[in-house]
Parts: sequence; structure tokens; C-alpha cells
Amino acid sequence: MLEIRWHGRGGQGAVTAAEILATAVINEGRYAQAFASFGPERRGAPVLAFTRISEKEILLRSQIYEPDVVVILDQNLVTMEGLEQGLKAGGTAILNTAFEPKDFAERFTAAGRIATVDATNIAIKELGTPITNTAILGALVRVMGIVKMETLEAIFKERFKAYAEKNVNAVRSAYQMTKVFDRGENK
Amino acid sequence: MSKQGLKGWKEIPEGGTVEEPGSSAQFNVQSWRTYRPELDKKKCTKCGMCWLYCPEAAIKILDDGSYEINLTYCKGCGICSKACALKAITMVKEEKS
Amino acid sequence: MKRMGLSGNYAAAYAVKMADVDVIAAYPITPQTTIVEKLSEFVANGELDAEYINVESEHSALSACVGASLTGARVFTATSSQGLAYMHEVLFMASALRTPIVMANVNRALSAPLNIWNDHSDAMAERDSGWIQLWASSAQEVFDTTVEAFKIAEDVQLPVMVNLDGYIVSHTYEPVNIPDEEEVRKYIPSKPMKNRLSPSLAYSIGVVGPPEYYFEMKYQAIDAMERSRVRIREIESDFNKRFGRSYDDIYTYFMDDVEYVLLTMGSMTGTARVVAESLRSRGEKVGVVAIRTFRPFPSERLAGILGDVGGIGIMDRATTPGGSSSPLYEDVASCLYSVQKRPILQGFVAGLGGRDVSIGEFEMMFMATKEAAKSGRSKPSIYVGLRG
Repeated sequence: MLEIRWHGRGGQGAVTAAEILATAVINEGRYAQAFASFGPERRGAPVLAFTRISEKEILLRSQIYEPDVVVILDQNLVTMEGLEQGLKAGGTAILNTAFEPKDFAERFTAAGRIATVDATNIAIKELGTPITNTAILGALVRVMGIVKMETLEAIFKERFKAYAEKNVNAVRSAYQMTKVFDRGENK
Repeated sequence: MSKQGLKGWKEIPEGGTVEEPGSSAQFNVQSWRTYRPELDKKKCTKCGMCWLYCPEAAIKILDDGSYEINLTYCKGCGICSKACALKAITMVKEEKS
Repeated sequence: MKRMGLSGNYAAAYAVKMADVDVIAAYPITPQTTIVEKLSEFVANGELDAEYINVESEHSALSACVGASLTGARVFTATSSQGLAYMHEVLFMASALRTPIVMANVNRALSAPLNIWNDHSDAMAERDSGWIQLWASSAQEVFDTTVEAFKIAEDVQLPVMVNLDGYIVSHTYEPVNIPDEEEVRKYIPSKPMKNRLSPSLAYSIGVVGPPEYYFEMKYQAIDAMERSRVRIREIESDFNKRFGRSYDDIYTYFMDDVEYVLLTMGSMTGTARVVAESLRSRGEKVGVVAIRTFRPFPSERLAGILGDVGGIGIMDRATTPGGSSSPLYEDVASCLYSVQKRPILQGFVAGLGGRDVSIGEFEMMFMATKEAAKSGRSKPSIYVGLRG
């Protein structure tokens, strides 16, 4: 089972990203669960969302305490709390930032792999608004695989209708521009 | 049927529904009265206040627009006589029958 | 059949759409809102031909449902927590007037303090309202149970409450197999109901029941609830045959050579199964029993299943302050009183107000149950995860 924790702020689409990934996995015939840590929803407040992925039916319904992957949708990630908390040793951190992945090697000490992409700029360029969820999905697929880009794009078409094309461009662009630092390779 | 002639739970329609419409019309309350209303048609202006106020719907409107009291449903409360501005309705004591 | 990623709430909405309901009356409340949002969307875009009645409160929502149901319409409503509490007096009317209303109750804690998260106190507070209570622990179960609920309700002429845990089930996206609409309609065809209001047939419904009649009228609904025990199982078996999934009033897991049982209801069941599997691999003789039909409570069957185990850990997501224990515990204890060798019971109150119940806490509950069984003495209800 693969467990992913998404960190975002209200309005960036972390919950939607968790759902889209789960839907993509389900549409490819496997099992997934997407849920969020709901609270008084406010734009800009920190938001947590989760995705579980498995080849078998998922029965577990407790929260995720030790994720394999953390995904951070907010570019001001330095101000967010608990980002590296519980990340499994050798896990993956995927960050929305203009900085290089190796710049975060000290911050995410448990991470075996760190990936960065400037999702905010991609979103502003492609969508005209800093909603970073679709762009960060491009980075996730680049680093983790998990689902095919075509599966994601098909979901965008159904879900975003008139904005589908722009989101497809965002996810493709992020896929191209993602930079990866692998601790194993860089020892 | 059980004791006192009351229906058992299997005999009562589901949910206690009363299936026969208008069954309250079967109630004859004649014997409940001490006083009986008497309408003086000569004083009546057909204003309809007695009809409006009667809590038992015991006052009928006739085809010519005049009113008549149906004593089967009248309990003798006297509200009609209080409501009548022209005092066309007087309450008369029932004699023992 | 179609396999879709749906939240528990959307699964409920799809089931209601496929059941081709005639009337929906509901008032939005978190975390139920997305059910009626989805349904109003279906009605607005013509996918579902139903009257959607907007009301100003839950009291009115259920009152409208009772009225609509009395005309013979297929009726649905949904609520949570304070909303269910506000329906309280109408719930009793719905059952005694024998209206086959189906309600999704997205379980949420009751205030105060204000809390929008999951526990079972809303449904437990309405335990005695005469509604059949079914509990679903996944989005798939929500879909299937909601479809079944219409059949059960109309068969025994009682309202059915489908309970799903707030957020943990209601807002979790997961795969749901949706059958073809035609198959669902064949399973629950609309059928004319007797004693229903119509312009051509005047009935008096909701009459006064004086002491000479109240008892008999109330007993009709009690009898219907008793009869529903058998009918629910027959309807489930028909469902299982048609749709290839297996539902029952009680689920059992890992019950071969079992000494200790974790007894759950709702979404805790899934995690309990995961924990039991892991404990089994470590040699512990543990099984899981989950209650799906809380009302009517499957007392006889449960006593048969649990009668000769060593210890049972009963996990309640609600409390009965000042009572002898918590609600689920009390029902389990009552049904085991008459068995020969009574198992040791250990009560737990967990997950109130949305507090997560972790794998570690499930393991702790198992250990406490085992300890109680070995020593032959249980502790008073253990409040799992409560800070001292």
C-alpha cells in the first residue's frame, strides 16, 4: 500500500488533487481511497488531504501517520508546520518551489527522493490563477509513476470541462519541468 | 374483538388510519346540550357570523342564502348567539324529554 | 455495471437516483450536505424526475416526507447530528404512521462543544424511535444499503435510517460498483401502497389514539419491526443473488478457532479487520464481528455466534452517561445474559467527536479484552485515547 499526504492551503486544491489521483487509480482498475482532514474551511488556511493506493481492497480507515510520500502544494512551504512529520525513511517529498531539490536535503532528512517544480508559476502561466493542484500532479506522476498521464487528462476533461485544456497544459508542463534529487545517487 | 368491544391490534388499520371518510358525522351530540339555539329568521341579515364562529360546523347555509341550525351536531355552547350582532339567535333551555 | 470513484455521500445520492424516488425534502447540514446537493443537481438537470422540496428546517423536512409518503410516494431525506435531533418528534410519527421513508444519516457528534466530526451519538439518541437502523462502513455499502433500504422500508412499512460515518465514509472517495439502473429498478419496482391518501379517497391519518387505542396502534409498529428481522435477511439474500455482493445483519471475520472478538459498528470495522489479520499472523486467536442491523438488533443470532467465545471487546462510538455502559455494549450484554457460559465483556468508548482510532489503539483494545478474559474480570468502559 502506498500512502500519500498532501499539504496545501484552502483554495489550492489539495483535496481535489487527492481525489483526482484516487479516481485515476480507480479508473485504471486498482484500489484507492482519498480523504481529507476536514475543519472549518477557510481560504488560505492549511489543509491536509490523503490518498491510499493498493492492488487490493482497502479496509483501513484510520488516518495516515507515516506516509510514503508528502506533496506540498504551497510555495511558502517554509511557513507550514509538520511537513516532514512521519515521512517514512527513504520516502519521497514533492515540493512546489522555484528552488533546487537538493536545497531541501537537510529539511527532509527522511526523504530518499526530493522533487521540486515551480507549480505556482506554471499555474499562473497556464491557468491564470495560482491553483497548483493539477501542476503538482504532473510532478507526482513524473517521480512516482502511479498512473498514466492519459488517465489524468481524461479526468480533467470530465471534471474541468472548459478549463480541461489549460489543466492538461499545466500537468504536462510540470511533468517536463520537475527536478529530482535522489539521495542514493548523490552519496 | 376483545373486551369492551374494542378492536385488537390486528383489526385496526395500519398506522391507526381511519379509513371511512367523514365518520365524525356519525356523532350525535343532541343529548350534550343544556341550551338550544333558536334562530329568528326575521331578525337575521344573513351576515354569516354564526356560521363562521360555530366550532362544530352545525350551521348550514341554505340555497336562498339564509341559515339553519343542525341540532344533531349542536352542543349548545352559545357562541353563535354571542356572535350575532342583531341578537337573532337566543339560547333556550332544553326541556326534559 | 460501472466502477466509479465516489464518496460515501455521492454513493448515497446515486442509489437514491436509481431508486427513482418521487419526493426529496431535506435541509443541508455538514457533513450530509453533499448528498442533497448531488440530488438537487440530478433533479435540476432532469436526470431524476422527483419533487425536491426546499424547507426551512429538518423538522419540516421530515414532516414533508411523512406527508408525501402517506400519499404513496417513494421518499428520501438526509441529515446529520443536530438535524436528526431536530427531527426527533417527527421520527416517532414516521414509524408509528408506517411511512416507508428512507433517510441517510451521516453520523456526527452532537453539540456542545460544536463539532462537525464523526461519532454515533446522533443515531443512538434516536435508537428507540421505531426506525430500522442499518449501518454502512464503506461507500460501496452505502450504495447497496440505500438501495436495499427502499425495499425493506416498503416491504415492512417502516422507515429506514442508513447510517454512514461522517467524513470517514461520507467524504472518502473509493471505488464503487454501480449496477445498471435497469437492474436496480427491477429489484425495487415501485409498488402501490395501501391506506394512502389521494384526492379520490379520503382517509384520516394521524388521529388521536386515546389510552384505549394507543397501545394497540403502537404495537403494530413493534410487530412490524419484529417481522422485519426475517424480511431483511430475505431481502439481503435476494440482493446478494442479483448483485453478487454479500450482505447480512451481522458480519463475521476470522471466526475459526476464535477466543477473543472485537465487536464494531460502522467504519471502525475495516480497521478492526486489518488489525485482526495482523494479530492472527502473530498467533492471536482474534476475530471481528460487525453489526449491520442495529435495529432490529440481531440478538438471537449474535448470542449464537458469541455464546462460547472467551472475551468480547465492544467498541462504542457513543456514550450513555450514567447508564450501566455504552449503547452497543448494553445490547450485546442483554443478548448474552441468557447464554450458558457468558463471555467476559470489555467496553470501550472510542473516537468521540471525530477523534481518530489508530491501529495502535485497536491493538490496545484487543490486549485489554484478552487481559479481561484471562483474569475473568473486566474494567468499566475504557475511554480510548482520552487525555488525563
